[in-house]
Amino acid sequence: MVAFWILSPIMVLAALGLLFARKAVHAALLLAVVMIGLSVLYLVQDAPFLFTVQIIVYTGAILMLFLFVLMLVGVDASDSIVETIRGQRLMAVGVGLLFGVVLVVLVGQVALGTPTGLAQANADGNLPGLAQLLFSKYVFAFEATSALLITAAVGAMVLAHRERITPKLTQADRAAQRMRDYAEKGTHLGPLPSPGVFARHNAVDTPALLPDGTPAQTSVSRILMTHGTVKPAPRHDIEQLTATMDDGARPRGPIDGDPTVHGETENVDGAPTPDGRSSS
Amino acid sequence: MSGSPFLVLSAILFTIGCVGVLTRRNAIVVFMCVELMLNASNLALVTFARVNGNLDGQVAAFFVMVVAAAEVVVGLAIIMTIFRTRRSASVDDASLLKY
Amino acid sequence: MSIPLAASAPVIDPSPASGVFNLLWVVIALPALGAALILLLGNRRTSGFAHLLGCATVLGSFVISLVLFVTLLGRDESDRQVGQVVYNWVDAGSFHAPFGLLYDQLSALFLLLITGVGSLIHIYSVGYMEHDARRARFFGYLNLFVAAMLTLVLGDNYLVLFLGWEGVGLASYLLIGFWQHKPSAAVAAKKAFVVNRVGDIGMALGTMLFFATFGTVSFAGISAAADRADDLTMTFLGLLLLLAACGKSAQVPLQSWLLDAMEGPTPVSALIHAATMVTAGVYLVVRSNFVFDHTELAQTAVVVVGAVTLLWGAIIGCAKDDIKKALAGSTMSQIGYMMLAAGLGPAGYAFAIFHLLTHGFFKANLFLGAGSVMHAMDDDVDMRHYGALSKAVPVTFLTFAIGYLAIIGIPPFAGFWSKDKIIEAAFGDNLVVGLATLVGAGITAFYMSRVMLMTYFGRKRWEEGVHPHESPKVMTIPLMVLAALSALGGLLIFGDWIVDWLAPVVGPEPELHLGVPTIVLTLVVLVVVLVGVAVAWLTVGRHEVPRTAPAKVSFATRAARADLYGDAFNEGVLMRPGDRFVEGLVVFDDRGVDAFVDGTASSFRGMSGTFRRLQTGYVRSYALSLLGGAVLVVLALLAVNIA
Repeated sequence: MVAFWILSPIMVLAALGLLFARKAVHAALLLAVVMIGLSVLYLVQDAPFLFTVQIIVYTGAILMLFLFVLMLVGVDASDSIVETIRGQRLMAVGVGLLFGVVLVVLVGQVALGTPTGLAQANADGNLPGLAQLLFSKYVFAFEATSALLITAAVGAMVLAHRERITPKLTQADRAAQRMRDYAEKGTHLGPLPSPGVFARHNAVDTPALLPDGTPAQTSVSRILMTHGTVKPAPRHDIEQLTATMDDGARPRGPIDGDPTVHGETENVDGAPTPDGRSSS
Repeated sequence: MSGSPFLVLSAILFTIGCVGVLTRRNAIVVFMCVELMLNASNLALVTFARVNGNLDGQVAAFFVMVVAAAEVVVGLAIIMTIFRTRRSASVDDASLLKY
Repeated sequence: MSIPLAASAPVIDPSPASGVFNLLWVVIALPALGAALILLLGNRRTSGFAHLLGCATVLGSFVISLVLFVTLLGRDESDRQVGQVVYNWVDAGSFHAPFGLLYDQLSALFLLLITGVGSLIHIYSVGYMEHDARRARFFGYLNLFVAAMLTLVLGDNYLVLFLGWEGVGLASYLLIGFWQHKPSAAVAAKKAFVVNRVGDIGMALGTMLFFATFGTVSFAGISAAADRADDLTMTFLGLLLLLAACGKSAQVPLQSWLLDAMEGPTPVSALIHAATMVTAGVYLVVRSNFVFDHTELAQTAVVVVGAVTLLWGAIIGCAKDDIKKALAGSTMSQIGYMMLAAGLGPAGYAFAIFHLLTHGFFKANLFLGAGSVMHAMDDDVDMRHYGALSKAVPVTFLTFAIGYLAIIGIPPFAGFWSKDKIIEAAFGDNLVVGLATLVGAGITAFYMSRVMLMTYFGRKRWEEGVHPHESPKVMTIPLMVLAALSALGGLLIFGDWIVDWLAPVVGPEPELHLGVPTIVLTLVVLVVVLVGVAVAWLTVGRHEVPRTAPAKVSFATRAARADLYGDAFNEGVLMRPGDRFVEGLVVFDDRGVDAFVDGTASSFRGMSGTFRRLQTGYVRSYALSLLGGAVLVVLALLAVNIA
C-alpha cells in the first residue's frame, strides 16, 4: 500500500511528462519511469513473474528498441509546439478528460469487495501456477503468439531491409572519381579544410576561416549543419585576431564589409539561428 | 488492500496515453503513448487477477506483453521505412490518403 | 319506382358439359384460330384465302352454335345450363378464375346472333372489301372481333367476360381505324378506344369489388351468394357495371364515340351495331340480373340512362345527312330502348334481349343496305346526293324497306313486336318512362322515314359521273337473309316463347299492370309512329331536298347536327380542364418534384462536400473520433447499467 501511494504520483507525473516532453528521448526516459513503477506494482500484487517480464521485456528490450530508433531518426529532433490540426489539441484534451472522468467514476462506483488474494493460486509458486495455465488452458493462444512473434520478426526485416541497386564503390573507384571531378570541374583535389582554427572551442563544430575572414563551409560536417549544432564564428574572436596582427592591417573581405555575415546575425551561413532552427 | 486504487490509477494512465496519442505528432512518441495505454490495461488485468484470486488475469497481461513486443517491432520498422523515404517522423506528414 | 324486387334472382348452376356440348370451346376457338392464322401469317401471304378462311371459321361456329341450340332445346328445362372449364386460367391463393364457359338460354341466343349475323357480315364483306389491298387483314380483325365477342358472352365468370370485353375493345379499335391513312379514321379509333377505357374502369372495378365482396368472380358463385350481400355494395356494383355498359353500348354520357366510329368500313359498322360490341352492355346488365335485382337505385339509373339515350340518339338521327351517322343515331336510340328495358328488372330483361335480337337483324340489314347504296354511289355517304335510287338498286331497296318497316315498328315486322313490348313494360312501370319510349318511337319513325325518302325517292341528286348499279350477289344474298329475319324475327315472341325460354336465367316476368288494355296502347303506339312518318313526308318527301345542307336552321337542328353538343361538352368539361390539369402537373413535376429530387441530390452533394473535409488524412483526427466513439459506448453502458 505504501508502495502504491508513493509510486502512483510519480507514475502519473511521469506519464504527464510524456505529454509535454519536447524531446523524444525525454519521453522515452519518462516512459521507463512509468514502466518500472508498474513493475513494482505488479510485485505488490503477487505477480513476481510479470514484474520480471515487465523489466526485462518492456524496460529492457522494448524501450531500448525505441531508443535505437530514436538515434537513427535523430536524437535531437524535437517536436514543434505549434498544432497543425485546428481544434485537435482542445478536442483531444476535452474528450480525453471526459473519458478519464467517466472511467474513474465508473471504477470508483464498482464495489469490488474484499480481494480474494492469490495466496491459494500461488500456493505452488507464481511461476508454476502461470505455467500450469499457459500450457493447459491457453496453450493454443500461446502457440499462436509464437507464430505472431516469428511473423513480426520477419516483417520487421522485410520492412527495414533495403536492396542495394548499385555496386559498392571501392577505394580505387573513389580516387578515380576524385581525379575526374578535378579534371572536369576543378574540384579541390586535396583533403577538406579542418575546422576550428581558433582552437577556442570544441573545434569540430566551429568552421574554419578563410584568409579573407569568411567561414569555410566545407570545414564542418554537413550532418552537423543539418542538425543545426554548428557554432557561429564569434565576431570578437575575429576582431581580437585582427588586433594582434603585426601590420595592424584590418583583414579585407566581408567580415565587416558584408552585413550578412557580420551584421546583426554574426553567424556563419548554415549555423543555427537563436531560436534553434536552421536558417538555411 | 482494495483493488480500486489500482484500477483508478490504471484508468488515469490509460487516459493520459489516449491524450498523448491524440496530441503528439512524433510517431515514436505516439507509439510510446500506445505502450503506456497497453501497460495501463495490464495493471488493470493484474489487479483483477488478485481480486478474483486466479491467475488468468496475469496470463492475459503476459499475452499483452508478447503482442506488444511484436507490435513494437513491426511498428518501429514501419516508422523507420517512412522516415527513410520522407525524412520525417511526424504522423501528420503521412496524410496523403484523404479527400 | 314501383319495381317489384324479386325475392331472389335465379341462381346459375350449370351442369358439366357432356356430349355435343363438349364442342363449346370450339365456337370460340374457330374464329380465334382464323384471326391468329391470318394476322400472324400477314396480309400478303394470306390474301389469297383469308376471306374464305374468315367466312369458314365463323360459319363453322354458327353451325356448332345451331347444333348446340337444337340440343339445348331438346333438353329438359331444368337442365339447360351447361358449364365447361377449358383450363385453369388463374389460380393464385384464394383467387380462382378458370377459363370457364357457360352455355345457357341467354348465351345460346347470343351465340346464334353473333355467329349468324356475323357470318352474313363476313360474306357481305367478301364483296364489299374486294378492292381493298388489305382485305386479308380485315378478315383477321373481323374474326378477332367475333372471337372476342363470343368469349364475352360465353365466359362463366367476370374475368373471362372482361377478357372478351377488352378483346372487343381492341378489335373495334383496329377496325374503326382500319383505314388508318385517313386522319379522321385514326382519330375516331382512338376516341372509341379512350371512351371505352372509361367504361372499362367500371368493369375492372366491378370485377374487383365482386371478388372483394363474394370471394369469387364466377356468375354461379355470385348469384348463389347475392342474397347475402348488403344493399350498398350491390348499388355500387350495379353502378360500376352500368358505367361499363355505358362505355361499350355508347349510352349517355359515354356515347360520343359511336358516331365517329362510322369512319370504319361499313361492314364494321354493321358488326359493331348489330351483332357485337354495343350489345355487350345490354348483355352485361341482363347477365348481372342477380345484382340489379337487389338494388333499386342502380336499376333506376339504368332506366334513366336508357331513356335519355333513346331520345338523344333519336334526335341526333333526325339531323344527320350522312346515312351511316343517321343509322348510328338510331342504333344509339335502340340500344337505349334495350337498356331501359333491362333496367326494368324481370319485367324487361326478356324484352331487352328480344329487342336486341330483332335489332341485330334489322340493323345489320339497314347497315349492309346502306353499304350497298354507298357501293353503288362510289362511297358517297351524303344522303343529299342520293334520291330516286329505288329503281337503280331494287334488291337493296326492297331489303332496306323491310328493315325500315321493322325498325319503326310496323306490324308484322320484327321491330313492332319487340319495341311494343318494351313500351308496354315501360308504361307498366312509370308513366314518364313510358312517354319517353312513346316519343322515341315517333321520332324513330320520323328520321327513318327521312332516310328512306332522301335515299330512294324524290328526284335524282347524284354527283356527276355516278352510275348506280346493284351490288353483286355476295352482298345482296346476306341482305335478303337479313331482310327475311327482320320480317320474321317477331315469331320469337309468339306464345311468349322467348320470355319462358329466358325465365330460368333472368327470372319470371311479373304480371303487367296497365290501366288500359294492351291493345289500346299498341294502337296508340302505331298512331304515334304513323304521325312520325307523316311528318317526315310533309317536311322531306313533299319538298325538293337541297343538295347542300341549309345553313339557316333552328337551334334544335344545329344542336342535333352537333351531336347535341356531346363532343363540345366532353371537350369543354373534360378535355380542357384535363389539359390544364396535366399542364399543372407538368409544372408541378418540373418545379416541385424535380426541384425536390434535384434539391435532395444537391443538398446531399453539398453535405458530402462538407463531410468529405472530415477525411483529413490525419491519423490523429481519426483517433480522436475513435476515442469519442469509445466515450459514447462507455456512457451508453453506464446509462444502461444505471437504468
